[in-house]
Amino acid sequence: MHWEIELLMMLVMITAALIALHIRSLLAAVVTLNIFSFMSAGLMVSMGAIDVAFTEAVVGAGAVGIFNILAIFCTTRSSLD
Amino acid sequence: MKSASTSPIIQVAIRGLMPVIQLVALYVFFHGHYSPGGGFQGGVLLAVSVMLGRLALGMDMSQVVFRTGIAVGLSALGVLIYASTGLAALLAGGEFLNYAFLPIPGLDPPGLRNLGILLIEAGVTVGVMMALIAIYDEIVDSRGEASATATPEPEARRMEDVRKPREKGVDPGPEGPERTPVAP
Amino acid sequence: MRKSFHWLLLLALGVLLALAVCGLPARGDLKAPSHRAINPAGAPVAGTYYIRHAYADARTPNMVTVILADYRGFDTLGETLVVFTGSVSVLFILRRRKP
Repeated sequence: MHWEIELLMMLVMITAALIALHIRSLLAAVVTLNIFSFMSAGLMVSMGAIDVAFTEAVVGAGAVGIFNILAIFCTTRSSLD
Repeated sequence: MKSASTSPIIQVAIRGLMPVIQLVALYVFFHGHYSPGGGFQGGVLLAVSVMLGRLALGMDMSQVVFRTGIAVGLSALGVLIYASTGLAALLAGGEFLNYAFLPIPGLDPPGLRNLGILLIEAGVTVGVMMALIAIYDEIVDSRGEASATATPEPEARRMEDVRKPREKGVDPGPEGPERTPVAP
Repeated sequence: MRKSFHWLLLLALGVLLALAVCGLPARGDLKAPSHRAINPAGAPVAGTYYIRHAYADARTPNMVTVILADYRGFDTLGETLVVFTGSVSVLFILRRRKP
């Protein structure tokens, strides 16, 4: 039961990272990066490191997302390439 | 950012969400002795609640929650709380940051260490929260001056198409931190 | 003159750091202070002392908090200083003084 969940989380992480690389809308890229962060937090929970997972969830999915949205509002909304 | 979001859904949702996030942050901070969490996570959660208010309600309206311009000084105050806790132990005869030597009467060494951990967690909380808010305020401030000197046309266009994506973009931020402490 | 002084200062810092590194115990040294505790299996492991003494030392059930804030308090001070320095450097880069 355990390694299946970890495998699923890793697949979701890889998919989210690839989507964040290839999507044109930068806001959607931020959301997928937040998904990546939250999944890595879940992976750390499954490894037993609750404090690291908590920090990862708070910083990676909370503060970094807000700063990325702020950066998008300061520049352009869709990527050029 | 600079001006408030035009969508009433965002405004009402953020106004309801901010006190909840702050309450969870205080729980995380004060319960750090007994469960995962502590100073850093609580401080980031408090900063996230204030920054969400800045993002959705605009800089003018969110001055009620936290005033711009005092964040950097309070961040220094947080580091000062931490360092002076260590220094008090040093002056009372122990090593730097050895809380068993804190000059507080009526407590045995384990109780003193417990209290010292709480003190420095408070310092970390204040320091991290104010540092993040200061970074946000400086970025918004510098942008405001830059766009005032630039042509007003792209600003107006940006405000128009900013309306829809905010509904998607803001929400996943607080959901992550809020869901986690309930799990254990 | 001033540039050479700066280089000299940098070199002195480098020499100081190299001397400090030379004073550290070798990696895997069994006589190092962090390996003094023996775990139940009989091997010297650094975490054994913390696991045994964390609650008795600080009367705090969460062992991670005790290690972060008490045994490794200096690291956490450095971490807080890093965050504070980041905010101050952002202030210095982005703030423009109004004339």
